[in-house]
Amino acid sequence: MLAGNPNCGKSSVFNQLTGLKQKITNVPGTTIENKVGKLKLQNTTIELIDTPGTYSFNPKSLDEKEAVRVFFEDPAPDVILYIADAANLKRNLFYFSQLAQHKIPMVLVLNMLDIADFKGVEINTDRLEKELGIRVFKINARTGMGVEDVKKALIENQFVPHYEFGTELDHTHESHFSSINKLLNKTTVVKTKRELVSGKIDKIATHPILGYLLFITVLFLIFQSVFMLAEYPMNWIESGFSILSEYLSNVLPDGWIKKLFINGIIAGISGVVVFVPQIAILFFFMTLLEDTGYMARVSFIMDKMLRGLGLSGKSVVPLLSGAACAIPAIMSTRNIENWKDRLITIMVTPLMSCSARLPVYTLLISLAVPSKMILGFMNLQALILLAMYFLGTIAALAAALVFKWIIKHDLPSYFIMELPIYHTPRWKNIGITCWQKSLSFVTEAGKVILIVSMILWFLASYGPTKQNTFAVQETQNLETSYAGHFGKVIEPVIKPIGFNWKIGIALITSFAAREVFVGTMSTIYSVGDEENFDQIRVKMHNDTLSNGKPVYSLAVVLSLMIFYAFAMQCVSTLAVVYKETQSWKWPTIQFIYMTVLAYVSSLIVYTIFQ
Amino acid sequence: MKLTELHIGKVARVVQVNDSPFKEKLQEMGCVSGVLIKPIMKAPFGDPIAYELEEYTLSMRKNEAETIEIQPFDPLLNL
Repeated sequence: MLAGNPNCGKSSVFNQLTGLKQKITNVPGTTIENKVGKLKLQNTTIELIDTPGTYSFNPKSLDEKEAVRVFFEDPAPDVILYIADAANLKRNLFYFSQLAQHKIPMVLVLNMLDIADFKGVEINTDRLEKELGIRVFKINARTGMGVEDVKKALIENQFVPHYEFGTELDHTHESHFSSINKLLNKTTVVKTKRELVSGKIDKIATHPILGYLLFITVLFLIFQSVFMLAEYPMNWIESGFSILSEYLSNVLPDGWIKKLFINGIIAGISGVVVFVPQIAILFFFMTLLEDTGYMARVSFIMDKMLRGLGLSGKSVVPLLSGAACAIPAIMSTRNIENWKDRLITIMVTPLMSCSARLPVYTLLISLAVPSKMILGFMNLQALILLAMYFLGTIAALAAALVFKWIIKHDLPSYFIMELPIYHTPRWKNIGITCWQKSLSFVTEAGKVILIVSMILWFLASYGPTKQNTFAVQETQNLETSYAGHFGKVIEPVIKPIGFNWKIGIALITSFAAREVFVGTMSTIYSVGDEENFDQIRVKMHNDTLSNGKPVYSLAVVLSLMIFYAFAMQCVSTLAVVYKETQSWKWPTIQFIYMTVLAYVSSLIVYTIFQ
Repeated sequence: MKLTELHIGKVARVVQVNDSPFKEKLQEMGCVSGVLIKPIMKAPFGDPIAYELEEYTLSMRKNEAETIEIQPFDPLLNL
């Protein structure tokens, strides 16, 4: 089992030892996840378990609790591979000193020696081995230096540390640190201290003006990249699925199974997979920022502002991730120790404009907003899109404030957080993390969307017969299907916000996932090519009311956009919220408040622009 | 003297961490009696504050720092 503080390079070591042969498994009924990898050495297969970094045995956050839980679970690990940041030995050895009490063989691995070296810290590993009574290795997880020796230690030479931390009666923090101090005094020497480049970068990163400017610039660059870079793979994926669809269309026998497959299952899966490029790229950047240490500075400068809203500096990462997809964003709230901070973050993150809303916005904006240039260089349509992103962000912050007043909770909110030294990125790690997060999106969202897609396909393809509402017959158009009837049923409710029954159908199908809106619109307007925006747009543009006025007036379009901005139309998100909060209460509240917010806002917007 | 009263760049020694909800977290992060601490920078608005804690940088909010009692460190007097 690997153990160690956060930021000590433990994951790098894990990746070095297991390569991609790692799996994330989930303990059913909980949010607990284990990263397990395999390593083959001299005919033995070793199972390695990676745990989230933790500072001590009294875990405060969910991440830390998982680390400790793995340790106490039967069977006990054969050996603990403890990874320590050599430049920070004193603090890093505290958790070590606690683990040492449990009489399990340990191996100490000293990482980040280059920084220790720079700081002038010299460690006598031989002396350290003698004092502790276990093997001690020096490595550089980034380059891989020393890792081979560590591999050998996994099958031989495993000892229980015999150094006494604290005393029989006294295992307080003070006594352990005192023991650690004595140990370090005997085994390490600090020569000169040089100021690190980190400090110089921080002068800008935490500057009252430059710091925020830097942050905004970084965000802007990220979003630009995401949109530009994601386009190509997204097109490939769409083409790929079209080809698959066609192939299946030729190969499968005619009948409902064929239709279920093509229009239900393939359509559902493609809806999820097409977002992977955007999500992966965004996660790549977020992980990059975290890995270099910049994210900690962002939390640092944002904490005070976010605290006033019932959030914490640590909410920054989940909120930003929510711009890609709320699902992995919500899962990343596990490092927030305070239950209330974490809960509020989970509740408001879905208001951030996620990738799924993008096709909806794009279609609607092209419908109602002319493609003009403002001030000569800004495209009006792009500006409105940006405005929608701002809207989502502001709504999330405002909602957090409201929740802060409503939820009463007394547990302390912590910010105590390490500011790691800036690192150059560890690309391999970033790649692996990015892959895992994207995979989690596909599996979490995928499962739910697939099922809901199939149900919705059924509702859209079949309808009651004229004679008997309970009989089922295949329908030729959407209007006579179950979905169509539901649309008509809810029409009175959505009329005040400017929606007709056709839009009503789209709202129902969007319940699975927001982007389904586009596909539904193309079906409603019988557009042959599903994703051909222009054709859909033209048909929608030409749809008129009985009095000749266009159906999709500015008021309706704005109302629709606002609705999609705020409404909870993602079953997968609700499923994840349920998992993360271990209760149905919160996803239900989330669904209700967001839908109410969406309806009321749409109502206001529609009435104003009418 | 409270940690929050210490000026940027001045070194002090931690005398004790008062009882508070943050005590344990502070201690496991290395904030124990006897350790040297030095404020190095503040976030805009003056909160949170980043401290150099002998080996690494620890940031914390003002209300967390207030629970730490310190004594200014004078190398000449070796306090």
